[in-house]
Amino acid sequence: MSETQTLPKTGALLSVENVETYYGNIRALSGVSVHADAGEIVTLIGANGAGKSTLMMTIFGMPRARKGRVVFAGQDITQLPTHEIARLRIAQSPEGRRIFPRMTVQENLQMGASLDNLEFYDEDVRKVFDLFPRLKERINQRGGTLSGGEQQMLAIGRALMARPRLLLLDEPSLGLAPLIIKHIFEAIKELNKSTGLTVFLVEQNAFGALKLADRGYVMVNGIVTMSGSSKDLLANPEVRAAYLEGGRH
Amino acid sequence: MADIQSSGQDSVYAKAAKEAVFAGIIAFGLFFLVVGFRTDQNINNELVLVQRWGLLAIFVAVAAIGRFIFAAFITPSREQAKLAKSKAPAAAKVDRRSLKAAVSRFGLALLFIYPFVVILILALIQFAVTGQWSFQSGVQGSLKYVDNFGIQILIYVMLAWGLNIVVGLAGLLDLGYVAFYAVGAYSYALLSAHFGLSFWLLLPMAGIFAAMWGIVLGFPVLRLRGDYLAIVTLAFGEIIRLVLINWTVVTKGTFGISGIAKATLFGIPFTPGPTGFAAMFGLPNSGVYYKIFLYYLILFLALLTAWVTIRLRRMPIGRAWEALREDEIACRSLGINTTTTKLTAFATGAMFGGFAGSFFAARQGFVSPESFVFLESAIILAIVVLGGMGSLIGIAIAAAVMIGGTELLRELEFLKLIFGNDFTPELYRMLLFGLAMIVVMVWKPRGFVGNREPSAFLHERKMISSEFTKEGHG
Repeated sequence: MSETQTLPKTGALLSVENVETYYGNIRALSGVSVHADAGEIVTLIGANGAGKSTLMMTIFGMPRARKGRVVFAGQDITQLPTHEIARLRIAQSPEGRRIFPRMTVQENLQMGASLDNLEFYDEDVRKVFDLFPRLKERINQRGGTLSGGEQQMLAIGRALMARPRLLLLDEPSLGLAPLIIKHIFEAIKELNKSTGLTVFLVEQNAFGALKLADRGYVMVNGIVTMSGSSKDLLANPEVRAAYLEGGRH
Repeated sequence: MADIQSSGQDSVYAKAAKEAVFAGIIAFGLFFLVVGFRTDQNINNELVLVQRWGLLAIFVAVAAIGRFIFAAFITPSREQAKLAKSKAPAAAKVDRRSLKAAVSRFGLALLFIYPFVVILILALIQFAVTGQWSFQSGVQGSLKYVDNFGIQILIYVMLAWGLNIVVGLAGLLDLGYVAFYAVGAYSYALLSAHFGLSFWLLLPMAGIFAAMWGIVLGFPVLRLRGDYLAIVTLAFGEIIRLVLINWTVVTKGTFGISGIAKATLFGIPFTPGPTGFAAMFGLPNSGVYYKIFLYYLILFLALLTAWVTIRLRRMPIGRAWEALREDEIACRSLGINTTTTKLTAFATGAMFGGFAGSFFAARQGFVSPESFVFLESAIILAIVVLGGMGSLIGIAIAAAVMIGGTELLRELEFLKLIFGNDFTPELYRMLLFGLAMIVVMVWKPRGFVGNREPSAFLHERKMISSEFTKEGHG
């Protein structure tokens, strides 16, 4: 709790070690270390502009870390091209969802399954539809015509089609109604429980994220200031004052 | 109800009249100096101001009357049509997919019999005029229609379909597509002249050369998008053209390469001699057979382009192209190698440009850099945009309208009777091109066929049809 940096545990599925990322000359991340063990749900909370999404994209090499390294399943992926990183079965539902708007729901899901050339498409798409039945109703509809919540479901579903070992979710609750947020969070929990999928969740919605996750990190201005179990963080007065009180979404 | 209707009608006319007056005033302001006056040189080389009030009056009148007609009749009728459409039950909608399929089947059948239809019609006309049935005269007369209309349009259809892979599917704006056309044409011209290789061998080779140049262009522009990409591809097109002009040792510069060997039909040449096509089949000598042969050749090549495009769209690479057009970052994070995806798009598009180029060389028998100017790239791109990016049928229609329209302008001899003898209608084709583009872009901003057809369609009972769901109802 009191320590600001957690040492990378050996055997962690993902570990980000002292990573520094720049946008031009502006430093967005200054020595960030986080890790996620297999089967865990880990959340990264923080305010706007803290660098949460930057960390997430740094894991994917867009932009690349200038210092430090990113290790996935024992392999240094810091300098790997983005598509090679994705091939290691790291999938993400990126900030702003980034679904393919003119392609149908089905085509979007097919794009998610392109790593295996649609080999497991039928099997996996059924799982996604079990998780988000709404997507099944919209199967032939263009992605761009879906509602915000449906687009978020599609982005997560598309990521799941890649059969990921690690799922990165960037603000899945952004701009959604509380009921839909609840539904999506439940779906994530369900996935984690049933398949042991490791989830790294970036959220502004601190309360919901900490209730869902096993562990959490708090990020301020490109630095991880606090970390610990979700229970501890939820009880921490500083966290409460900064992220929870008055704004219990 | 009727009362409201009629009073509404009156106010529509009043409004239209008002708008017409405004349009007239604006037209007057715009054209007052431009059209109203003209400076001419008189015999002493002095500039004199010529006043052209009559012409100005015509301009203003056209603007005013046009606006009145538009505001009084066209707009209300369109509003009404829209209203009726929204009121009509969804069941009344014809199944558009089957309609489209029927239309394209019909169009395809027509393309296959086109030369014979032309011959037959011309022979019938001849029969009606002279009372003599002469099939041969129909054959002779068909040359113009098969060559100027059929082949010319199909070349552009093929080029536009090839460019469509790059621009329409992969979303990479390419302003230098004509460069690949040139590479194909010159590959055929040079290799057949120097090594005497046959058309059928050089056709695939021209495609391969063009594809290689597509990759050469693709590499430096991998990181570029949108306007920057457009500028670099434009420069690439110009570089190829300038190389063709200045590398005189090989290309003979602006002089061009002439006497390019014709294509043969399984080794049978289309020459007048005893071994020629006409003699072998016991037909009277004529250049028409070669043109008809070329027509079927380009039809085959164009359909090959379409078939490959349709197949590729359903394959992972085609889906990746389309996804790349929509969101490059999302593509990469789904494990798609955007480098190879872009390069294959450039190479595939360029390959069809190369095929078309070697066909062009075989058809003309002459190539020079003049045929590969930027305007050609612009026309091909305009056809793709007008037809609707990604839509094969739309692009084919656009090519037929644009290129066929240009050819038709040459035919309109009677216009000379109206506008005087020195009036050459084809000089106005760019003006008409521009007008047509504006009209289409206002009327259908995504082109003739703007809707993207899904590459996969789930034929399963759905709980809710997408037709009936409103957008944004989560």
